[in-house]
Amino acid sequence: MTSIPRRGLLTGAGSALLSLTLAGCDQVSRNRGVRATLARAEGLTMAAQRLILSPAALAREFTPADISPDFRANGSLRPAGQAYQDLLANSFADWRLQVEGLVERPLSLSLDDLRSRPARTQITRHDCVEGWSSIGQWTGARLSALLEEAGLKPQARYIVFHCADRLDAFAAGDRGLYYESIDLVDAFHEQTILAYEMNGETLPVKHGAPLRLRVERQLGYKHAKYVMRIEAVESFAHIAGGQGGFWEDRGYEWYAGI
Amino acid sequence: MDETQNNDAKAPAPRHRLPVRLTHWINVLALLVLLGSGLQIFNAHPALYWGHASTFAEPWVAMTAEPKGPGLAGFTQVGALKVETTGVLGLSNGERRGFPAWTTLPGYRSLAEGRRWHFFFAWLFVTNGLAYLAWGLASGHFSRNLFPQSAELTPRSLWDEIKDHARLRFHHGRYNALQKLTYLAVVFGLLPLMVLSGLGMSPGVNAAWPWTFELFGGRQSARTIHFLSALALTAFVLVHIAMVLASGPIGQLRAMITGGAAPPRPPGTPS
Repeated sequence: MTSIPRRGLLTGAGSALLSLTLAGCDQVSRNRGVRATLARAEGLTMAAQRLILSPAALAREFTPADISPDFRANGSLRPAGQAYQDLLANSFADWRLQVEGLVERPLSLSLDDLRSRPARTQITRHDCVEGWSSIGQWTGARLSALLEEAGLKPQARYIVFHCADRLDAFAAGDRGLYYESIDLVDAFHEQTILAYEMNGETLPVKHGAPLRLRVERQLGYKHAKYVMRIEAVESFAHIAGGQGGFWEDRGYEWYAGI
Repeated sequence: MDETQNNDAKAPAPRHRLPVRLTHWINVLALLVLLGSGLQIFNAHPALYWGHASTFAEPWVAMTAEPKGPGLAGFTQVGALKVETTGVLGLSNGERRGFPAWTTLPGYRSLAEGRRWHFFFAWLFVTNGLAYLAWGLASGHFSRNLFPQSAELTPRSLWDEIKDHARLRFHHGRYNALQKLTYLAVVFGLLPLMVLSGLGMSPGVNAAWPWTFELFGGRQSARTIHFLSALALTAFVLVHIAMVLASGPIGQLRAMITGGAAPPRPPGTPS
């Protein structure tokens, strides 16, 4: 045997072994038990962060000079469907935010109603799960004030945000619609607002007009755009995929503080 | 004479004690998973920036796929330098991606799964590291085996060691000064930097401890430092493996597994 076929054999065996190992890794990554085990780290992360993160601690706020001129928009950039187009055509004059579920007094609020409620303006950093960040200024109604106005029932544990955009066109029924949820710690946080303005102007369509959630101590996918309806619930297990959000139903962490 | 032997000659001291061996192999597993899943996460946005926010038009590192001739070609840009890296970076197997499938965990594209792997093994890595630090301080391992004696740090002694390394002549049974300094830099420098720059990217930790991102000059800087530290750590591991291969890999591996056995002296090594 000459050395060349032997070398070929070795290289072949080596690359076969490598592909087997890599295929093995993919197989392991697809395994349900493995996924369930890996997902347990989320509880640890959330417990650790809540331990060091006081409910009142604010996300860092920046100065107007820090505002990104190229704030990126992700996910839906303009919801499809006639209902949204009609609302947009009328500058959302016919739009109403519904606040319902486990509340004493369900609300139906126009944009003007929202603008008359306690507001907050903040310049914060938006951190996408993909790794990039942009800084923007947001003005909106404080969620805590709206929830106090509606009066949460004692069983309420989460606030769910139902959105106008269908981000997954192939998923059946409700499962393709964007939604998100946060717990009461974040819902009553000072910087948690329903923003109707960005960088001093009416919220642009690609950033979620007429209303988007800002929940500053978590990643971008928690900041639901095109919010239509807010629902107070005891559990989100019955909603869509049951994991508390569009991306959560697709394997992402519900607690997105990391 | 075997340098690992104790003076009392009852039982030879193991070359690597059990906590060192245990934490070493847990680290091997954790770092392998963290690197693969880290590259998977990087691939979700294969560009790096400095400062608080991304300057999308001007990344300092970017991996892209761009039209070239009838098809696409992969490019890697670092500062003002841009080179074609088709097949490895930017474009591999006809797919737009930063790092190729064989380097990422999982191999297929899944940011969600990459994150799950990364954070689970980050906890394992941190727990393992803290256990190692606690044991190393309590047992005197650091002061005895890692901190160099002043006699080892004289220019003459260091120069001798550099010459020995260049000739691939290794003295088994104790760490030499170059090895000690490198291990110290990794244990007390690079690995803590890895963890800190990781925490510097977490919006939750950033709100609790703003110094975690201010330390680096912003979240995007922390991401850059995290990437560069991973690169440095990978380089360390490659040199480390090369050194093991050059100094009698069977004996070295056996020592790191069983702890006890003295390695067979490689031929040509002076006794």
